[in-house]
Amino acid sequence: MAIVTEPPRPRQVLAPPPAPVRLLRRPTGYSKGLWGWISTVDHKKIGLMYLGTAFVFFLIGGLEALLMRIQLGSPENSFLSAETYNQLFTMHGTTMVFLVIMPLSAGLGNYLVPLQIGARDVAFPRLNAFGFWVFLVGGLFMYSSFFLGGAPNGGWFGYAPLSTTMPGHNMDYWSFGLQILGIASLSGAVNLIVTVINMRAPGMSLFRMPVFTWMTLVAQFLLLFAMPVIAVALFLVMFDRMFGANFFDVQAGSDPLLWQHLFWLFGHPEVYILILPAMGVVSEIIPTFARKPLFGYQVMVFSGIAIGFMGWGVWAHHMFASGLGPVATSAFSASTMFIAVPTGVKIFNWLSTLWRGKIRLTTPLLFAVGFVAMFTIGGLSGVTHGVVPADTQQTDTYYVVAHFHYVLFGGSMFGLFAGAYYWWPMFTGRMLDEKLGKLHFVLTFIGFNMTFGPMHILGLQGMPRRIYTYPSQRGWDFWNFISTVGSFFIAAGVLVFIYNMIKTRRSPKCGDDAWDGRTLEWSIPSPPPEYNFAEIPTVVARDDFWHRKYTEDDEGRPVVRTPAETSADVDADNALRAAVDEPDGDGDDPAAEGSQGADGEAAGDLTADATDADGAVTDGDGAGHDEGVEHDEHDDEHDDEEHEPHIHMPSPSYWPAVTSVAFAVIAYGMIYRVWIVAILGGVWLLGGFYAWSLEPATAPEEPEPEPEHSTDLEPVAGSRD
Amino acid sequence: MTVTTTSEGTHTEEAPAGHPPTSTGLSNEKVAMWAFLGSECLLFGALISTYLLYRGRSAPNTITPEDVYDIPYTSVSSFVLLMSSLTMVLALAAIQRGDHRRVRIWLLTTGLLGASFVAGQMYEFTVFYREGLKISSNLFGSSFFVLTGFHGAHVTLGVLMLLSLWSLSLRGKLPASRSETVELVGLYWHFVDIVWIVIFTVVYLIP
Repeated sequence: MAIVTEPPRPRQVLAPPPAPVRLLRRPTGYSKGLWGWISTVDHKKIGLMYLGTAFVFFLIGGLEALLMRIQLGSPENSFLSAETYNQLFTMHGTTMVFLVIMPLSAGLGNYLVPLQIGARDVAFPRLNAFGFWVFLVGGLFMYSSFFLGGAPNGGWFGYAPLSTTMPGHNMDYWSFGLQILGIASLSGAVNLIVTVINMRAPGMSLFRMPVFTWMTLVAQFLLLFAMPVIAVALFLVMFDRMFGANFFDVQAGSDPLLWQHLFWLFGHPEVYILILPAMGVVSEIIPTFARKPLFGYQVMVFSGIAIGFMGWGVWAHHMFASGLGPVATSAFSASTMFIAVPTGVKIFNWLSTLWRGKIRLTTPLLFAVGFVAMFTIGGLSGVTHGVVPADTQQTDTYYVVAHFHYVLFGGSMFGLFAGAYYWWPMFTGRMLDEKLGKLHFVLTFIGFNMTFGPMHILGLQGMPRRIYTYPSQRGWDFWNFISTVGSFFIAAGVLVFIYNMIKTRRSPKCGDDAWDGRTLEWSIPSPPPEYNFAEIPTVVARDDFWHRKYTEDDEGRPVVRTPAETSADVDADNALRAAVDEPDGDGDDPAAEGSQGADGEAAGDLTADATDADGAVTDGDGAGHDEGVEHDEHDDEHDDEEHEPHIHMPSPSYWPAVTSVAFAVIAYGMIYRVWIVAILGGVWLLGGFYAWSLEPATAPEEPEPEPEHSTDLEPVAGSRD
Repeated sequence: MTVTTTSEGTHTEEAPAGHPPTSTGLSNEKVAMWAFLGSECLLFGALISTYLLYRGRSAPNTITPEDVYDIPYTSVSSFVLLMSSLTMVLALAAIQRGDHRRVRIWLLTTGLLGASFVAGQMYEFTVFYREGLKISSNLFGSSFFVLTGFHGAHVTLGVLMLLSLWSLSLRGKLPASRSETVELVGLYWHFVDIVWIVIFTVVYLIP
């Protein structure tokens, strides 16, 4: 059962881990169908599940928006009741933030980050699955409130003491639901942070990472530190609502600003959690279609990091109208204007990347350019919020609604749509139809500006937010009507997108490198095999895949490498790639000491975490994937065989999905004060975690009882959880 | 691959655990634990800030900290918790030496010291409750019970992990090659202790 790799590399032994406690039979192999999805730990499948689930929530949240727009299309409309309207705007905001944009970013990050850094999976595959299932459970839990007495109705920001004193269970669903979603985000954040920090391919130094990976990393750090703050705020609300605590009871002497401080200390980093991954997407797409490297890569990365840091120092600009005093408001006003600087730097860098590029005006680029334009408008109206006197006028008006839809829809969603078109060929192996894609863009672009542009005017005319109807003498009728019409253009665009996905289901396969991409994810087949990389690539350059395909002429224009050049260059590259094995003085060379041996020519060796390494050696160019690699993840029996290398992937597991359900059980038990159910849920949770941690990450085919000597060695690079 | 093992499962002392190479050389679990602890800092930071915000702001003529606190009692239980950090270090040192008998002794001791702290806290809560301090009494009651309760829940979780390790070790399933598991639980345990030093100072000692 054990293999011993040959000296001089240190020996490595695979002994089977102790036989786990099993209530359910461990799924083995990549089973197809529903069970395959439920038990999967493959980051790509999990990424797709995130994307699919979030898209469904996007449709629901969009439907809620349409209902509200119908209600507001004419004055004194009675299409919706005030109570329904409250539920709809609360759920629309909560859905779009927590159930759409965050999981869409999480899904893209899950799918792409390991591919972009040359890893076979994330650091903790089961934790990854757990994050998805908890997200799904949290979303379903929150939406179950519609059928159990009414959805949350106190706004997505849940201002206390309003949220602590509202009758009914509506806001209980909100606070418990967000708490569950926070657990999902936190586990995802830990996972992706460790993945990026620890699982980069040889040579993939931090400053060779694609900008999408960078921005995802920054966003995960923001999540890591922001989530506990909202968790505490929600716990305080829970204790107030359920156990009579006084945290937000003004009569007991509490400070009503406590909630606002805690919420916005989470909420403003959250804004950057929502926008940074989309910025990363755009930073991938614009260079690809301008056929130029990203202008000012380091500055792009550093401005992203700067946004991440400064995002913690601006939260009180959400509270200018609450009377913080002149010193605090001045300080936060200044920091708010400051944070526009790194954002502006990014915009100029995108424009400079496009400047004199050989532009291919595809759908992804259209959405990316739309992102830059719309986000600039949203950013500028954001700067006006930083001016305290102006903000005092704008607070709680439609001007604010216009602003954050320009940054979150015109920004994040445009960026994510761009990403969907860009990576669709990678997800499915098929292109989305370009004509329909452009129609989608045109409808969305027109509809978006029709819907949210007039809200600037309405806001300046004094129309407050969160009102379910308005009298007609205020002069708000016309622009509200235009806005409602525009929202249907957006809906039409979404329908075109759905039609496009269905229509191209059976279209011919496109190549592996659909857009002539620059980064590692395009160097492997589309859709990627479970193990991603047959050979873990060795990276010698930023935009490594581009570097392998192209060289430069005297004027810096890309020239395709000819086969002759390629073979010559491959030799040169191999020397380079071999040199990567030595620390390159980059300050963060990822080469793990002692892991890479002295045999620099065998770059392919680096694949061989748990396999017979020597069989896996290729020319180090990464071109020979699929050759001689048997894809056989679970068959430890074959380890001893010398002739073919094996790539061991972590085994599927039911425990993440099973465990995640416990959170909903606990929450229902607590909301309805059926303590026995809550306790059962706690036992369920604990049992799930125990079963999970006693289960080895990779299931042996036949567990052999030699526990005392088990080394519990994980075959896939670092994949344990 | 820093691990050198043979099929017999013996290990070299310098090899911390069976880990494939990572970009930093640190194991994924350790990086993850540090990230998680960073997140926990913000959790307790928010809770402690809430407590500090509401210090001395309770409605007049309601129960005050001076009415209920028994500083000598809490000092003793704090000392018990701090000593458990010492035994945790001894447990880690023992497993790194491969001294499994002492591993079990120190893991169990650490767990029991932690459990004594939790038991002491439960007793303290009961006494306070009898003396009239409830979560609903005033701002002090709310912020006291929630802050110290969250810490107690963290200690309880740590005790569970320690006892699980102890039971794994009893069944021979905690070989020296997995000493990093002990180290990670230790990181968590020390974090919880350090947080208690802050909480004890802020909640009990600052007048």
